[in-house]
Amino acid sequence: MAAISRDDVAHLAKLARIEMTPAELDHMATELEQILGAVKRVQEVATSDIAPTSHPLSMSNIFRDDVVKPSLTNEEALSGAPAQAEDRFKVPQILGDE
Amino acid sequence: MTLDYKTATEKYEPTLGLEVHVELNTNSKMFCSCATEFGASPNTQTCPVCLGLPGALPVVNGKAIESTILIGLALNCSIAPYSRFARKNYFYPDMPKNFQTSQYDEPICVDGYLDVEIETDDGPKIFRVDIERVHMEEDTGKSLHVGGSTGRIHGAEYSLLDYNRAGIPLVEIVTRIIPGTGKYAPQVARAYVTQLRDILRSLGVSDVKMEQGSLRCDANVSLAPIGSGLLGTRSETKNVNSLRSVERALTGEIERQANRLEAGMRIIQETRHFQEESGLTRSGRSKEQAEDYRYFPEPDLVPVTPDAKWIEELRAKLPENPADRRKRLQKEWNVPDSEMNSLINAELVDVVEETIKLGAEPTRARTWWLGEISRLANEKEVAPISLITTTFVAEIIALITSGDLTDKLARQVVEGVINGEGSPKDVIEKRGLKVVSDDSALMVAIEAAIAAQPDTAERIRGGNIPAAGALIGAVMKATGGQADAAKVRELLLKHLGQG
Amino acid sequence: MRNIHSTAAEMAIALAAKEISSVELTQQHLDRIASVDDKIHAFLHIDNDGALQQAAAVDAKRASGESLSPLAGVPIAVKDILAQKGVPTTAGSKILEGWRPPYDSTVVAKLKAAGVVILGKTNMDEFAMGSSTENSAYGTTQNPWDLTRTPGGSSGGSAAAVAAFEAPLAIGTDTGGSIRQPAALTGIVGVKPTYGGVSRYGVVAYSSSLDQVGPFARTVLDTALLHEAIAGHDERDSTSINAPVPQVVAAAKRLDVKGMKIGVIKELSGSGFQAGVSARINESIELLVAAGAEIIEVSCPNFEYALAAYYLIAPSEASSNLARFDSMRYGLRVGDDGSRGAEEVMSATREAGFGKEVKRRIILGTYALSSGYYDAYYGSAQKVRTLVKQDFDKAFAKADVLISPVTPTTAFKIGEKSNDPVAMYLSDIATIPVNMAGIGGMSLPVGLADEDGLPVGLQIMAPVMQDDRFYRVGGTLEAALLSKWGKPILSNAPDLAGQK
Repeated sequence: MAAISRDDVAHLAKLARIEMTPAELDHMATELEQILGAVKRVQEVATSDIAPTSHPLSMSNIFRDDVVKPSLTNEEALSGAPAQAEDRFKVPQILGDE
Repeated sequence: MTLDYKTATEKYEPTLGLEVHVELNTNSKMFCSCATEFGASPNTQTCPVCLGLPGALPVVNGKAIESTILIGLALNCSIAPYSRFARKNYFYPDMPKNFQTSQYDEPICVDGYLDVEIETDDGPKIFRVDIERVHMEEDTGKSLHVGGSTGRIHGAEYSLLDYNRAGIPLVEIVTRIIPGTGKYAPQVARAYVTQLRDILRSLGVSDVKMEQGSLRCDANVSLAPIGSGLLGTRSETKNVNSLRSVERALTGEIERQANRLEAGMRIIQETRHFQEESGLTRSGRSKEQAEDYRYFPEPDLVPVTPDAKWIEELRAKLPENPADRRKRLQKEWNVPDSEMNSLINAELVDVVEETIKLGAEPTRARTWWLGEISRLANEKEVAPISLITTTFVAEIIALITSGDLTDKLARQVVEGVINGEGSPKDVIEKRGLKVVSDDSALMVAIEAAIAAQPDTAERIRGGNIPAAGALIGAVMKATGGQADAAKVRELLLKHLGQG
Repeated sequence: MRNIHSTAAEMAIALAAKEISSVELTQQHLDRIASVDDKIHAFLHIDNDGALQQAAAVDAKRASGESLSPLAGVPIAVKDILAQKGVPTTAGSKILEGWRPPYDSTVVAKLKAAGVVILGKTNMDEFAMGSSTENSAYGTTQNPWDLTRTPGGSSGGSAAAVAAFEAPLAIGTDTGGSIRQPAALTGIVGVKPTYGGVSRYGVVAYSSSLDQVGPFARTVLDTALLHEAIAGHDERDSTSINAPVPQVVAAAKRLDVKGMKIGVIKELSGSGFQAGVSARINESIELLVAAGAEIIEVSCPNFEYALAAYYLIAPSEASSNLARFDSMRYGLRVGDDGSRGAEEVMSATREAGFGKEVKRRIILGTYALSSGYYDAYYGSAQKVRTLVKQDFDKAFAKADVLISPVTPTTAFKIGEKSNDPVAMYLSDIATIPVNMAGIGGMSLPVGLADEDGLPVGLQIMAPVMQDDRFYRVGGTLEAALLSKWGKPILSNAPDLAGQK
């Protein structure tokens, strides 16, 4: 496994939308490498013949009926909003294209 | 532009790919019980789940699963015995959880196809469009950009978010690449989306209104020199809001790409936005650096494992394929292609069929829907079926057939019903629109007409039958148009010794 | 009934007999909180008015002769990770400061319906990421046994509140040991029910496939009473098990383990565990043998990989679960000065609002899920999960329950491990396999370590939806220990009020 560089962490921080200072990136790179060094042990036993388990329960087909239930009021929905206008959540300008 | 569309497609071979998103018309959302009503006031159809509040958990709408399986079956897909939801992770303010609950490598329907027919230089031709997958996901909220230039994202001072749409069930239908369409690529695309829309409508799973966004098409196209056997870099055009736009957008994009290639420039893998006014596409987000969506199985949901019994129950519910049905109806009604196409374009096939089922005489049913009712609908800019019910139209036609209404009276009845004056019977009664069929009443009017124009009467007696028109007209006028003209003619001629 | 030092069961009896009103009982606990919580810092929010109103409502119902739930009128402390309508819910994070949920989590709704009086919200490691409460954005909780030590975590506030007699009952969540470990370090009982046994709806998610809500109390019976009050199917949680709740109260009262086979996990004993911890575990085994149980040794060879797998799975799920904290709809917003776009404000807010450990795990999880690394990390971790489950399956084929220590050591000093994440992670080595397999486990106080006089916890594990088994064993062992000691373990803890 290649060493974790500051650029690697910067890319991860961008994906995770966390603004980090260069010092923080360096520190995180060191820690991440240390943690990955410890957790990569999983590869020792994870052979191709083992099926992955993503969930502890073996349930399937849990559905609800297509019935409308009361929603929150507009006031309740917006109650935690840092800013609001015109019954909507007001957010900083959305830059870049969707 | 140095190359026009014709020359562009003589040099380059387009390869298509189409992704269609369909909003299902379930009562409640995909993962919560909020209503899905279009046009509700902002943020009144939201709850902890679709607002992505901390702690909220999704529960799958069973009806949405059924609808998706129905779509898969109608598109000749295999239904996966085991499928799962996955999280597609990326940040965007209109997506409350900053991941979209979607399906990734375990979609519910795979490997289908749809045969579409288009008109070519050599007559009608069928293209088979292979469908890679049909999967379930959820819609995003809607953002409104305020300040700066109108509606555009750039230059906006802030944005306003309404999450009513967030979490509405979406089904994504993805084709495999569609090679070999040549210059017909835009028509194939349009025909595919049209046919898909008709199928979805016949299944009753979606409103399929492109203008309201309940059916959206992303069109991918790439070009390669003809005969090269290569696959070019593709662009993905979004914001295509009508069937016509599908065709226009692809025509424009093929031209644009061909001209870039001609000029020795490379095609950039990007999202482009179709602009309705110009018919051109505008560059959007570059996809050169592929997003890393970090898909993983959604741990808050359990797998979907439809058993064979359930699938067969759903298969039994499938309606007749709309294309097959049209062919059958055209034959039954014995109408020419032109009229059938008019009915299809006006979205009146179902309406006419239902009117006929209600007992209306077939030719009259078509004529009334395509003629008078469509004319009134056009004036009001609404769909014909929103003006009057098939039951009322069938009633009116029955009265025409029985001779109780003339066409002219029937038009007044239709107008009255549309104006909200009640049922056809109510309108006839209130407006007194019954055909005057009482012979003695008619005879009074005929005698009055003869008395008023004795010379004309004399000419008729002398054998000048065409002169009868003037007297018939007078009678019709006197009865306020409520007499049956044929009946008047018959009585008049008989009275003057010409019967 | 004596007072706040009684058990919840005793309080319930006194309430039913109208020897005390719920308002009086609630006020006694609020007074206790007022007098000791400046030392313990178990609570992030104390809901004086709400609690007294709820208590008065229960008293009124009782006065009118309405039939009430067994725990009606008994106070409780709730971990600040469960949404409670109108009451601040922070999950120990700055990013949720001031957020008042517009809805109740299912567990809170059940508590309210049962008339259990919610005193307030307890401190925790931020988003349940931690084993000491030192990762709380609102300060560390102190261990009532020794104020220089941590109460464990992440549900350290809930455990400390119960151990310090600020509440007879508490709710916690357990993703890798966050109920069992603090219960062990504070000398109380804590249970992580079978995954899917208690609804997760309204519980701020850390790692969805591992998180589980569970009860804390000072006795096995009290724990069982609370377990029954909060467990059961919830149609709002797709991973909730639709089956009858195991009869845990009956099991807690059974006091008999004759013929039961108890498996001692070889890999979770001996070296690596503090001597005083091992000594108490061995004594417990002897008591169980004396009570008629059969002890066998079982081997779970893949457990040694469980910790590594956990620190890939939980951060991966967390990186996605915590994406919603972006300042758009609720919570903290930083840097919105009109010039910055939404994306920049999101990033600035998440930088300012998340603590170090949370950021560390988000970055780790983002890495483990990213293309090119998924199979090597997340994928491999999921395979280890399969192996851990298989180890349990084989062990449970031989034994009715399995036992081990809960933690390698007794309570550690505040600050001792906070700069060494990997060392901190090791304190969950014995508890993590239970979460990986989705089974249930109990932490039972079994005495004090000779070297430091601090509590030791025994972990008792049972197969999926057989939670009654560890209540049966726990109840029996608790009775044997009590008759040996002659007084409850917490009577050895310092008198906090006296230290004032």
